[in-house]
Amino acid sequence: MLEGFLTQFWPATVDGLSLGAIYALVALGYTMVYGVLRLINFAHSEVFMIGTVAALFTLTTLGIPGQLGGLALIGMLLLIAVVAIVASGGTAVALEYIAYRPLRKRGGSRLAALISAIGASLFLQQLFALIVIPRLFQLPQQGGRLPVQAPPWVKRSDVITIGDFVVRNDKLLVVVAAVLMMVALDQFVNRTNLGRGIRATAQSPENAVLMGVNIDRIITATFAIGGAMAGVAGALYLMRFEETNYFVGFLLGIKAFTAAVLGGIGNLRGALVGGFVLGLIEMYGSALFGSEWQHVVAFVVLVLVLMFRPTGILGESLQQARA
Amino acid sequence: MTQNRSNTNVLTRSRQTIGSGTQRVRDWWAKAPRWARWSAYVAFIVGALLLPASAIGSFMTPQSDWATVLFYPIGVYIALAIGLNVVVGYAGLLDLGYVAFFAIGGYAMAVLGTMWGWNFWEILLVGVLLTSVSGLILGAPTLRLRGDYLAIVTLGFGEIVRISAQNTDAIGGPRGIAGIPHPPNLSDLEIFGIRPLRYGLLDPRPYYYLLVFLIVLTIIFVKRLENSRVGRSWAAIREDEDAAELMGVPTFRYKLAAFAMGAAIGGAVGVVWAAKAISIIPANFPFFLSATILAAVVLGGSGNIPGVMLGAFLIAWLPERFRVFQDYRVLLFGAALVLMMALRPEGIWPSRRRQAELAEGSGGMGALGAEVGGPGGELEAEARTPETGR
Repeated sequence: MLEGFLTQFWPATVDGLSLGAIYALVALGYTMVYGVLRLINFAHSEVFMIGTVAALFTLTTLGIPGQLGGLALIGMLLLIAVVAIVASGGTAVALEYIAYRPLRKRGGSRLAALISAIGASLFLQQLFALIVIPRLFQLPQQGGRLPVQAPPWVKRSDVITIGDFVVRNDKLLVVVAAVLMMVALDQFVNRTNLGRGIRATAQSPENAVLMGVNIDRIITATFAIGGAMAGVAGALYLMRFEETNYFVGFLLGIKAFTAAVLGGIGNLRGALVGGFVLGLIEMYGSALFGSEWQHVVAFVVLVLVLMFRPTGILGESLQQARA
Repeated sequence: MTQNRSNTNVLTRSRQTIGSGTQRVRDWWAKAPRWARWSAYVAFIVGALLLPASAIGSFMTPQSDWATVLFYPIGVYIALAIGLNVVVGYAGLLDLGYVAFFAIGGYAMAVLGTMWGWNFWEILLVGVLLTSVSGLILGAPTLRLRGDYLAIVTLGFGEIVRISAQNTDAIGGPRGIAGIPHPPNLSDLEIFGIRPLRYGLLDPRPYYYLLVFLIVLTIIFVKRLENSRVGRSWAAIREDEDAAELMGVPTFRYKLAAFAMGAAIGGAVGVVWAAKAISIIPANFPFFLSATILAAVVLGGSGNIPGVMLGAFLIAWLPERFRVFQDYRVLLFGAALVLMMALRPEGIWPSRRRQAELAEGSGGMGALGAEVGGPGGELEAEARTPETGR
């Protein structure tokens, strides 16, 4: 068992980081919405799923001449990421308007909001399984429940090789893109006016209103930004795994939420740390116990973190400068 | 926004007119003499016993065998909903992995029945113990968390149980366990051509009667609890946990009790279900089942047993009756949950207390953050202070 683990150590590290980067991007959406609304946006996993579907649809509509590598790959990734951002961000904002805003306006309980989120999540999953995916990809026979494959569009090559430590181009790209998005978001929240509004609302909604912050606008922006990050994650996921399905968000969403809690929910930098740590733990866990236990390892981590350090690695400093 | 507001107004008006009618019935029921209530209870039980008649079945489910449908999904959903209602409706805790306890009960029946050759009745007892202990094991570390973390952890627990069953070859792995024994015959007594105590392969009615017996027992048990010190503590926890704690209610212990009791009921239903099913596989216990039972509790009116039963009945029966909707079932549940929360969060047939709580934003994990003004303004300010964090 241990021997197997040692031989798989470096591949598991690389895989863990590239998986963790996707977790981190999705975790941002959970963490931002939680920071501002104190609500687990359960339907955020479907926001991510819609991002992957939008990216795949762009790919199939444009048609791929062949496998892309280098700059062509990066350009294509940017293109599908933009479409995915629009689709996911739009979905997230629509969710806010339809599923959460009526509850907020009436001062509903958080139990009600969470149930509404679960309802929205089920609705979107089934909507895509029954109607959207079969229509978009012309699959009347098989329906929308089976995975939809992308045309093989990524030319995979090893960019870094140091002994056992081999990094493939798509895995590297995922990590780099995630870190870049993260830095951009961090700067945005810390430097811009809108970012200050988000931090103020997370800190104290009443006082934010007194200081002239338009809370509804802030909340819409929070959902839009979180959705956009999930869209980027969707595009990266499609590059990394080249397939999607209506259910892809379910497990990944729970993992991403775990990552957010692990890093400290409400804490943007925590989401990045949590994502990478969770990705690594999962991959090391499946190297040790076998890949069929990968998901169980992640859930056990979630329970342990909540038991021993519910504030996460970096703490829940949603009110502080990290927003 | 204005559109939305006028909608609510129409809704509130219609709700008030309907509400005054149902209130009158409720007032009558609250003051009804003892014999009137008891005759109503007896009438319901007799009705439940006569329900499998084929004359009713030809109307209720023309496409499938009514007695089979009555056992699963209708009866099983109703029993599970009553169990989940203890957790969600009484204690105000959101459990998204309730199916795990159903699965543990089912697997207890399958493993003990096929491998150790135990008798159904013994397993029923052991299964109830086993699931309540697993409820304690899950609850002990997690119930100190805030409500929304609990929801995610229970969801994770449901998945852990299912994936572990799938990965463990000793209990059949993904192929599950086949050849689960039926309960032993109690007697060959025959009434109107039915042998209600003979558990065979073909006739689903004895299993249905067994389930009715279990449900009646559960209702009596839960109803007694609701009106006891325990039930009052649950209501206090649900409405304001900190206040309850300050008033001397040991909140953690009572939350744990609610969790264990809900788990025990789910486990008992799992045992009964597996005893009829002959074979079970891990795929019988997906997250969708948890979500469906939750939808039943919430749509019916969490906290009110008749409401919860009505919700479970509708959710189980409608897709069977209208097969056209079968594919769209989950889609419609999802939409119904969102709509219900926006328009009538207390459900179709709520308890009065729950209705009042949900109207003011308490009754489960406190009010939503980032809310200024509106009817629940002050409550939220309290709920959002970092110390309480709920």
